[in-house]
Amino acid sequence: MADKKLRLAVLMAGACGGCDMAIVDISETLVDVLPSLEVVFWAPTVADVKYKDLEAMPDKSVDVGLISGMIRLSEHEHMSKVMRAKCNVVVAYGACASMGGIPGMANMHTKEDIFQTAYFDTFSTDNPDGITPQPSYLMDGKYDLTLPEFYPYVRPIQSVIDVDYFIGGCPPHHSVVLNALVAILKGELPPKGSWITNGKAVCDVCPRNPRNTDEKREIVKEVRRTIDGDPDENKCLLQQGYMCLGPITQGDCGALCTKVNIPCAGCGGPIPGVKDFGLRAISAIASILDNEELVNQIPSPVKLFYRYSLPSSLLGKKVKKV
Amino acid sequence: MSEWTPNLIVFACNWCTYQGADLAGSLRYDYPSNVKIIRVPCSGRVEPEFVVEAFKKGADGVFIGGCHPGDCHYKEGNYKAIRRFDLLKRILIDMGIEKERFQLEWISGSEGKRFAEAMNAFEKNVRELGPCKVKEGV
Repeated sequence: MADKKLRLAVLMAGACGGCDMAIVDISETLVDVLPSLEVVFWAPTVADVKYKDLEAMPDKSVDVGLISGMIRLSEHEHMSKVMRAKCNVVVAYGACASMGGIPGMANMHTKEDIFQTAYFDTFSTDNPDGITPQPSYLMDGKYDLTLPEFYPYVRPIQSVIDVDYFIGGCPPHHSVVLNALVAILKGELPPKGSWITNGKAVCDVCPRNPRNTDEKREIVKEVRRTIDGDPDENKCLLQQGYMCLGPITQGDCGALCTKVNIPCAGCGGPIPGVKDFGLRAISAIASILDNEELVNQIPSPVKLFYRYSLPSSLLGKKVKKV
Repeated sequence: MSEWTPNLIVFACNWCTYQGADLAGSLRYDYPSNVKIIRVPCSGRVEPEFVVEAFKKGADGVFIGGCHPGDCHYKEGNYKAIRRFDLLKRILIDMGIEKERFQLEWISGSEGKRFAEAMNAFEKNVRELGPCKVKEGV
């Protein structure tokens, strides 16, 4: 591998740019790794290459492709398919790419609802002609203008292409990115289709875990939210009644959030063996509660338990309006 | 085209509801033939995934039967079941599935008649709602 550089492509689909930042956050170490990397494509954020440049490359000419972000526009789907054709290994990189992520909560609403809010109902909207984005428009009778199509729902990457590996996190911790790149460079990758993770839950690496502090695990007697007051900084958040999703979330982050008194929201993705993050969260949380009354105190359960994973859940989207 | 019949899945606890279903049969009580019973060790064994997966694979209604509170063979399995079910219920309603399509009932091994009645009522409710709209995920 020393004489041959690893050719890397990075695509930002429906993402915010945080995942791209996580790659940049490798900082000095990235400089060390760079001599063995050749970034052939990193768009539309970092490198000055265009979509057509990637389209012009020969098939399977890129070693590794990272895709961040979900599929909402036809542009995302098209470019993901181009990435699949050009890259030998495709990694769904970050919570959006692997599970649908925060934008995935839009699946609780229809495309029509979203357009209605965005282009008509909001206070700051000034749209007297009632115009909504159209995929194509003929301007002045001669300029054929196009926009990508807005799909009815958000989808994770694996619903449009085959994905070789998944990396969770919103954004992924830069150490995970680095581990993945090093593993790829060394050729030490897990079986295709698996998550690149240490396989441990957030609770496993969390210093507050009663197991780690030699405390007795109690049944949860109240449901609290962070707006109800600051949690005790040393005691397990779940034990205090804060809805922490640590038990079912991959702990590659090293329990960053719980270390700063914030309950885990589940961005790391499900621990191995979990098919549907939110439903497993129900099992885990409901069985440690003291009584049925507490269940009804959990606010907005769909958006709490499926904050990062609604499009990749078994239901995937809201079934219909009721 | 023949008339649509709802596809109903029942997760029955081995110690109570399944025995109740057996008794309903021995006592010759009528209940709909489109009820498909799956025996589980305990209502606490029914993971939320089972219910949603059943809907995804074409069930129009899912019924969970367990022992009466205090009667659980494993002491507290049905208490866990009711908490999970209550939370699942809130999620499924938010996701747009009608609440009549999923039900948790306590039916003991001696309540054969009650099992038959519950099945008849459940079938009737689901039949009124029509086919379930849970299709393939996105």
